[in-house]
Amino acid sequence: MWKIFKYSFYDMIRNRWMFIYMAFFLLLTLALLFLSNDFTKVIISLTNIILVLTPLIGILFGTMYFYSSKEFIELLMAQPLSRKSIFTGMYLGLASSFSLSLILGISIPLLFYGLFNAANFSVYLVLCSMSVVLSVVFSLIAFIIALRFENKIKGFGVAIFTWLFFAIIYDGIFLLLLLLFKDYPLENLSIGLTVFNPIDLARILILLKLDISTMMGYTGAVLQKFLGSGMGSIFIITILTFWIILPFMRMLHLAKNKDF
Amino acid sequence: MIRIENLHKKFGKNEVLKGISLNIEHQGITAILGPNGSGKTTLIKSFLGMVLPDKGEIYYKNINIKNHFEYRNDIAHMPQIAHFPENLTSREIINMIIDLRKSKTNENYLIKLFGLENELDKKMVNLSGGTRQKVNFLIALMYETPIIILDEPSNGLDPLALLRLKEHLQTEKQKGKQILITTHIMSFVEEVADNIIFLLEGNIYFNGKLSELLELQNESKLERAIAKILETHPV
Repeated sequence: MWKIFKYSFYDMIRNRWMFIYMAFFLLLTLALLFLSNDFTKVIISLTNIILVLTPLIGILFGTMYFYSSKEFIELLMAQPLSRKSIFTGMYLGLASSFSLSLILGISIPLLFYGLFNAANFSVYLVLCSMSVVLSVVFSLIAFIIALRFENKIKGFGVAIFTWLFFAIIYDGIFLLLLLLFKDYPLENLSIGLTVFNPIDLARILILLKLDISTMMGYTGAVLQKFLGSGMGSIFIITILTFWIILPFMRMLHLAKNKDF
Repeated sequence: MIRIENLHKKFGKNEVLKGISLNIEHQGITAILGPNGSGKTTLIKSFLGMVLPDKGEIYYKNINIKNHFEYRNDIAHMPQIAHFPENLTSREIINMIIDLRKSKTNENYLIKLFGLENELDKKMVNLSGGTRQKVNFLIALMYETPIIILDEPSNGLDPLALLRLKEHLQTEKQKGKQILITTHIMSFVEEVADNIIFLLEGNIYFNGKLSELLELQNESKLERAIAKILETHPV
C-alpha cells in the first residue's frame, strides 16, 4: 500500500494542476494580506473561500484522477496486490498531495505575517486542518462516485451536483425548514441537520475557534450555548471523523465488488 | 494448472460468459480466439481477478483464486491498452513494478530487445503509442513467471518489434511456460500458436490443437476455417 501511495504521490505532485492550485491560494492569501492588515479578517475571508472551493476542486479533481487512472489501476490489479492496498494507496496519494498544495499555498504568505503569534497560530491550525478534512472527505466522495458510475459524463454530473448540494442547496433547505417550523423549538433539528453536511461542520468549527458569534449562524450559536466552545468543537470533530471513516469504508466496499 | 468450472458472467443484460469450463494444462502457446464480444477479455480478466464472476469457480494449482492475490506472482499480464501515470518516466514505472513484485527481472535484456534505451527518461505523456506499447510489453515480460497472458499483443507494434516479440515468445515457450494470447490477427496465430481455444457467444466452441481445427473445418488456412465457423454461426 505504501509503495502505491509513494508512486501516486510522485505522479500527483508533478501534475500541473497541483501547482496551479497551490499558486492560486498563494496569490489569494497574499492579496488578502495586502488588502487588510488584520489577521482575523484574512482568516475569515480565506475560510469563506476555502469552504466553497476545496470541496469543489476536491470532488472534480478526484473524479478526473480516478477516471484517467483506470488503465493504471488495471495494471496494478494484475500484480500480486490486494484491491484494498491498491485503492487505499492511490487515494492517500491523491488526498495528501492535494492537502499539501493547499497548505503550502496559504501558509507561505502567512509565515511572513506573524503566523507564530500564539493566538493567531491556533486559528491558523484549525483553518488548515479543516481544509485538509474537506479535501479528504470530498476526494473520498469523488472516488465513490467514480467507482459507482462507469460513464464519465454521468460521474462528473453527479460530482458537480453533490458539490452544489452540500455547498448551496443544503443551506437553502436548512433555512426553509427553520422558517417553516419557526414556532417550534429548533435546537435539535438544526444540530441534527448540520451533522449531515461536512462543509457546515467545518465552518462552525472555525468560527467557534474565532469566537465570532455574529457569524456563526443559528446552529453555531446553539452549539456554543449548549455545549460551550470546547465541547462543541469535540462534538464536531467526532462527527467529522465519521465523515471520513464511513465514506472510506464505502469506497473500499465498492472497490472490492467492482469489475474492471 | 488453470481450471475453470462453469463460469458465468453478465454485464447488465449482456450475458458474456455462459458457463465456461476449461482446463489449461498443456505448456506452450494457446491462442484464445473469437469474434468481438465473445468473452475473450472477460475470461482473462476473470482469471486475473479483475472481473468477479457471477457463478462458477476458477482454480490455479488447485487453489480457488477467489479473495486471493498471491497467485498473481506467477502471472505476467499485458493489457490491451497501455496507459500509465502521465507524469512518471518509463524508468520510474519499471522500477515501481519491480519494487512491487520483488522477483527476479530481466528488464535490461528487454530494453535492448525493443530498443528502448533512449526512451527511458521521458515522461509517459510524451511517448508515442507504439513506444508505450513496448513499455507495456517490457513491464509484462520482465519477470520469470510460469504463465504469460497477452491481450492483443500485436496492436500498434512496428514490424521489427513484432518480430522480436515472436522470437521472445518462442524462447519463453522453450522454458516450458504457459502462454495465453488473444488476438484478431490470424497469421500471427498460425505462426506462433500450438493450441486454440475458440469462444463463440460465451461458450467454448473449440478447444484443441491448431491442426485439429483445420482438419475439422476442412481448410488449410486458419482464416478460412474461422470464417467458416462464423458464417455457420451468425452472431
